[in-house]
Amino acid sequence: MTVTMTGQDFSPGADAEAHSLGTIRVLVAKLGLDGHDRGAKIVARILRDAGMEVVYTGLYKSPGEVVNAAIQEDVDVIGVSLLSGSHVPLFRELGRCLREQKAEHIFVVAGGVIPEQDYAALLESGVDAIVPQEARADLIVTTIRNLITARGRI
Amino acid sequence: MNLFSAPAIESVREKQAEWEANELAAALKSRPEEKPDYETECGIPLKRIYTAADVADIPASDLGFPGAYPFTRGAYPTMYRGRPWTIRQVAGFGNPEATNQRYKYMIQTGQTGLSTDFDLPTLLGLDSDNPMAFGEVGRVGVAIDTVDDVDRLFDGIDLEQISVSLTINPSAWVVYAMFVAVAEKRGYDLHKLTGTLQADPLKEYVAQKEWIYPVRPAVRLLRDLIMHSAKATPKLNPISLSGYHLSDVGGNALQEIAFIMAFTIAYCEEVIDAGMDIDDFAPRLSFFFISQQDFFEQICKFRAARRVYAKIMSERFSAKKPESMRLRVHVQTAAMSLTKVEHHNNLMRTAIQALGAVLGGCQSMHTNGLDEAFAIPTEEAMKLAIRTQQIIREEINVTSVIDPLGGSYFVERLTHDMETEIWKVLDEVTERGGAIKLVEEGWFQQELADSAYATFKKIDTGEKISVGVNKYADETSSSAEVHIHPYDDQCTQFQIDRLNAVRANRDSERVRLLLQELAQQAGSDDINLLPKTIELVKARATLGEICGALRDVWGSYAEPMIV
Amino acid sequence: MTAFTHARPVRRAAYVPSVDLVRDVLAGSILAIARMISRAEAGYAEASEALAQIYRHSGKAHIVGITGVPGAGKSTLVSALIKVFASDGSKVGVIAVDPSSPFSGGAILGDRVRMNDAAESCQAFVRSMATRGHLGGLARSTLQAVDILDAAGYSPIIIETVGVGQDEVEVVTAAHTIVVLSAPGLGDDIQAIKAGILEIADIHAVSKCDKPEAAATISALKGMMALGTVKVASGWNTPVLAVSSVSGERISDLKNAIGRHWQHLRESGELADRQRGICKTRILGTARHLFQQKFNDEAGEVEKHIQAVMNRNMDHSVAARLLLGWNNEVPAT
Repeated sequence: MTVTMTGQDFSPGADAEAHSLGTIRVLVAKLGLDGHDRGAKIVARILRDAGMEVVYTGLYKSPGEVVNAAIQEDVDVIGVSLLSGSHVPLFRELGRCLREQKAEHIFVVAGGVIPEQDYAALLESGVDAIVPQEARADLIVTTIRNLITARGRI
Repeated sequence: MNLFSAPAIESVREKQAEWEANELAAALKSRPEEKPDYETECGIPLKRIYTAADVADIPASDLGFPGAYPFTRGAYPTMYRGRPWTIRQVAGFGNPEATNQRYKYMIQTGQTGLSTDFDLPTLLGLDSDNPMAFGEVGRVGVAIDTVDDVDRLFDGIDLEQISVSLTINPSAWVVYAMFVAVAEKRGYDLHKLTGTLQADPLKEYVAQKEWIYPVRPAVRLLRDLIMHSAKATPKLNPISLSGYHLSDVGGNALQEIAFIMAFTIAYCEEVIDAGMDIDDFAPRLSFFFISQQDFFEQICKFRAARRVYAKIMSERFSAKKPESMRLRVHVQTAAMSLTKVEHHNNLMRTAIQALGAVLGGCQSMHTNGLDEAFAIPTEEAMKLAIRTQQIIREEINVTSVIDPLGGSYFVERLTHDMETEIWKVLDEVTERGGAIKLVEEGWFQQELADSAYATFKKIDTGEKISVGVNKYADETSSSAEVHIHPYDDQCTQFQIDRLNAVRANRDSERVRLLLQELAQQAGSDDINLLPKTIELVKARATLGEICGALRDVWGSYAEPMIV
Repeated sequence: MTAFTHARPVRRAAYVPSVDLVRDVLAGSILAIARMISRAEAGYAEASEALAQIYRHSGKAHIVGITGVPGAGKSTLVSALIKVFASDGSKVGVIAVDPSSPFSGGAILGDRVRMNDAAESCQAFVRSMATRGHLGGLARSTLQAVDILDAAGYSPIIIETVGVGQDEVEVVTAAHTIVVLSAPGLGDDIQAIKAGILEIADIHAVSKCDKPEAAATISALKGMMALGTVKVASGWNTPVLAVSSVSGERISDLKNAIGRHWQHLRESGELADRQRGICKTRILGTARHLFQQKFNDEAGEVEKHIQAVMNRNMDHSVAARLLLGWNNEVPAT
């Protein structure tokens, strides 16, 4: 999966899609006080098995901490699984921190127990994709790859 | 003595060989079976048919009689004929007043016991105004900050009359103190209080993942709680050993029972080491299991768990009282089996799981609301869940005979096989240095994470079927716009205002001194922290202050890296 | 059933040329540092000029390697070290290396579970790195990441290696000070011996010293040192320290030992030797990588020689020389 560029110059930007996506990096995070980490850990394994590098944060992280970690790790995507019902305020705060830190190039993918009624509010806050609870491994991987393909290499 | 005589078994074997050579062989030829191997969810191989020969090696004493050692056939001699299981739906959200209202509705609908879910800040020992409580106050349970909140929670409810289950963990000892303080204030006889605290710390580190302190101080707090409660509130169960969460985080039926028994052993050793006799506290240990999807496996799981527990108590701890060996269990149906897609199917799933729990001999039960894959259940969903239990109890006549599946060749064989597997795991835990050490090292956590991933793979490949999701999926059915229990946006501010009022109107200097004394006591292992905690809550110390004082002494738990 | 995906067009961030990031890196921009590390990792040729510029600004930081068998508690130790170094006002940088999966190329990088709180409260820069197939306990670009943090003013820079086995001691030629961490009760008396890394330590640390088994591990290690099994380099006496993530005091002892070693290196002149070793390893390592890369890019050329060797038209040695363009030289023995 590693990009091999030796001997030819990388011309990024417009034709970035023509190049390999490189190694995708994802921060799998738990926000707030929700202790359900079964899904997050399964997703971490799925993404690793799809060739991605997954940084796992562990439990009880605030939106600000998650954004700081995502920036240092230069991840392409922050994946958050939430089952505590507090997704609306937590994603709103996560989006605000990303904008404040000028890190809007990092995508946010949400999963867990999120009722359809709240989708609009989440997308409004800056969530890029919501993966349903019953999603198969393929869907999770493809959702992430598609986002990055559309964005291009940065 | 075995269940069948040797000549009878021999004859069965001969007849079976004949049948296999003739009828079966012909049938397999004309219609092969769907797959080569059949097994239970936890991987125990299943035969095509079970006969007396399959139970030939099981001693009759392993079955016994209900209400007698080894309790395989039931916890009590009359079971549901004497007292039906308690319908105990858990509820909790928003401010104490909001939950109190729901309780009154549920009692009116026919619920016979109360059960409280607390919000995450309360579980983790944080006040509602803590920055980490942002967005979480009153969300997945009721918010409790001070003793007055517990008073409001049970306003108008007679705690001498109805049993109360409190799903509280790392901060359990504080909530217990508040509960006792409220009971005292109302003039109740503490010896008449009934109910259960969850307060199972080890399963937090491996499954539910709500923790405050490192493992050993958390176990010490439980020890203090068990020892204090045994004297002060003898009819209250100070702990509910919760296998449920082990399953919830991905464990199979064997892991659920084996791991929770390993934790039971660890807790008993702690209390015995502190000088209490096993028979003085074991009768008040209670259990909380899941009723999962594999119907017969689950029924056998309950039976095997009772037998294993009875033997542990009798053989390992030399308990004398039968009550010390009697496993009493509250059961909840499997939340993770519920789907958002075609969510009405969840009613059927829950009903079948509930039937399994009844055939397995549970003492109380929570049936999930059909909308729990979306959010906490609405009143309507809770009513249907209660009705499910009432239909099983009143309409289909499954309560007249105790352990109706007892003696089934299959059920006895599977019960026995599960018991054998559970002992193997318990031996391994002992060999590796015991449950507390293994929790610290992350051994259970890794086993459960591996099991969770294996289960996910099975669903992903379609080997494990979820109707409407990975089989018979209806492309036209979108996830429904179900009515969802609304969240009260005002509830955080409401709690914070109250907290500020409490802090302004109490003797804060006294609280400060009491907190210092508590911290001092915590530094020494042989002082019971409950009396001081009860003093603190009466002085209007907040839950966050009390938990925080000990965090300063013991530090916070550092999670091991296990994926 | 599909994932509900964002309706508005995906944000398309512009690619900032690497040379334009250099100034921001030197100014300490976290975003720029992080991005630059990614480009070094990816091996973009476009980034090589920028990395060369950055290299000229590096060379000030104290590079500390932390190694030990898996389970010794390296992340916990690093987390504690971040706190004690930061309390002195140091800008601490950490590169934590974990193995990539040989099957998928992916990785799960879990060091932040233990380090995140320290990183957050101490404003340390913590970066998780996967080996991406590189052997030796580090990633190929670990030292470029160190250069970037160094140029941005971080010191010390702590490298936490993959849990080591016998062949994974590349950190020796990457860091100035090597701390080998052992844990009591992991089965062997001293895992460092088993792993063959006893000799590389400038400082021995024994973790979990609150455990009863720790004393045995410490005295065994000390005995080993006294027996002279370990070579004592240029007047430096390798200390054996007990540490516990619970007790801050002992972590300070370790911090002080690390500081003393840094001082010793500079005063004894050994620092120049270490720097020379680091440079040599980097040059040779990069050369090896470039050769490998070249042959990956020229797969057809290699294939041609494979046929010839298979047909016994030439042997592998001649083929290799042809591939390197050394076809006129007489093979040296």
